[in-house]
Amino acid sequence: MIQLIDISKEFDGKQVLKGVSLELHDGETLVILGRSGCGKSVTLKIILRLLTQDSGRIVIDGEDTTDYPEELMMPLRKRMGMLFQGAALFDSLTVSENVAYALREHTRLSEQQVEAKVAECLAFVEMSGTQRLMPSELSGGMKKRVALARAMALDPKYMFYDEPTTGLDPLTSRKINELIKKLQAEHKVSSIVVTHEIANAFQVADRFAVIKDGEILLSGTADEIKGSKMKFIQDFIKGGVISNANQ
Amino acid sequence: MTYKTIASASGRLFREIYRFAAFHWEVLRRTVRPPYYGATVWEQMDRIGVDSLLIVMLVGFFTGFVLAFQTGYAMMRFGAKIYVGGIVAVSLVRELGPVLIAMVFAGRVGAGITAELGAMQVSEQIDAMRALATDPLRKLVLTRVLASVAMLPALVIVGDLVGIAGGLLVGVMNLGLTVSFYKSSVVNALVFNDLFSGFIKPVVFGAMISMVACYYGLTTSGGTKGVGEAVTRTVVVSSVLIFLLDAVITKLLFLIGM
Repeated sequence: MIQLIDISKEFDGKQVLKGVSLELHDGETLVILGRSGCGKSVTLKIILRLLTQDSGRIVIDGEDTTDYPEELMMPLRKRMGMLFQGAALFDSLTVSENVAYALREHTRLSEQQVEAKVAECLAFVEMSGTQRLMPSELSGGMKKRVALARAMALDPKYMFYDEPTTGLDPLTSRKINELIKKLQAEHKVSSIVVTHEIANAFQVADRFAVIKDGEILLSGTADEIKGSKMKFIQDFIKGGVISNANQ
Repeated sequence: MTYKTIASASGRLFREIYRFAAFHWEVLRRTVRPPYYGATVWEQMDRIGVDSLLIVMLVGFFTGFVLAFQTGYAMMRFGAKIYVGGIVAVSLVRELGPVLIAMVFAGRVGAGITAELGAMQVSEQIDAMRALATDPLRKLVLTRVLASVAMLPALVIVGDLVGIAGGLLVGVMNLGLTVSFYKSSVVNALVFNDLFSGFIKPVVFGAMISMVACYYGLTTSGGTKGVGEAVTRTVVVSSVLIFLLDAVITKLLFLIGM
């Protein structure tokens, strides 16, 4: 389980997160929903300590990681996978080398075993046979799938998805959503998905947390979100103009 | 310029110096314990050193060539052209070789490192590396610093030798010196202190240029425009620091009698 307790973060005088508290339970997929720039991605990066919060605590599997230096975060990061918004594949490495990256860094597997694992991960994301391609030869959706294969190579317990379907066509988005659900079902992965795309969010979420202006506006199941009377949430669901008012 | 503007600019400068010093400390701390990524260091030595060989040889050759011409022309007036070989060698080994080749290194290698790391930074590849439990300061910075410290002195040695050969060409073709005379002039002029000075400078310059390049690369922000600005900063700051450190090292060496 991951717990975020009263997390605040400020950038250049702008308060991005204001006392955000969240819990990710084992095996569930939590979707953090909110407008662009409301602090969703920052929340993910704070969990991984790619950014450091100004205040608040983070507890991962009972371990308070709030004051962990970079060295102590390394073993924890091996239990986590992250799919970045722009895929963030290493553009000087082939698809195979990208997926094998963490395996070569952190395991003592033989080259044969690494190649077998790479093939398995690529097959999972339906990208078999692309091992020799460079990231520049892939489409946006393919890059996301390879990045997903790279993130799952070490069989992480937690997966974080930063806008996994943004900029993708509806069919590719559906494919990515299916992969997120498949990873949860087959690998028992607990996930946090950050998105502003409500339709995709409903496809993968077990639970929602809606962020507005750096604060959690509402946390609950899909039915609770749909049943909410808050104007912001209703506007979000309808895909209409998003009001600045809370209700 | 108002007092407030000066105060704000000074504050920014001190913050930048503090961050740069902290970056040095973080990299230095990582030299104590493995992993050192030997294969990556080797690969970087090839990219940084071997790929720079041609331009370094060109710069060395033409520096020695012009230096021999200019000193030969001046010395001929005093009938002292026999010293041309020694002057070319000492000037190249002590000063011109390390400084000029370091300038070329900053422009070619330093700019390249910043552009590469900067592009990785703005496309979240550095974050991805950290998320995959790899330390970019070890994997990207330390490897490039070690490769630069190893390769810049080697490049300077090559540049010096080619420069002395360039001087030889002028000595023989234009000044009427014989090969053996030029050679003995070079050998007699160079002493251990010259070689030490010529070796220690590129070691320091190599470390400085690679650290500056990595620092600006990893702190790049603002997309592709930011990458361009970071590269410019690397070349400007490295060039200024080359001359500054050159003056400091030269003074220190004179103080200890070298």
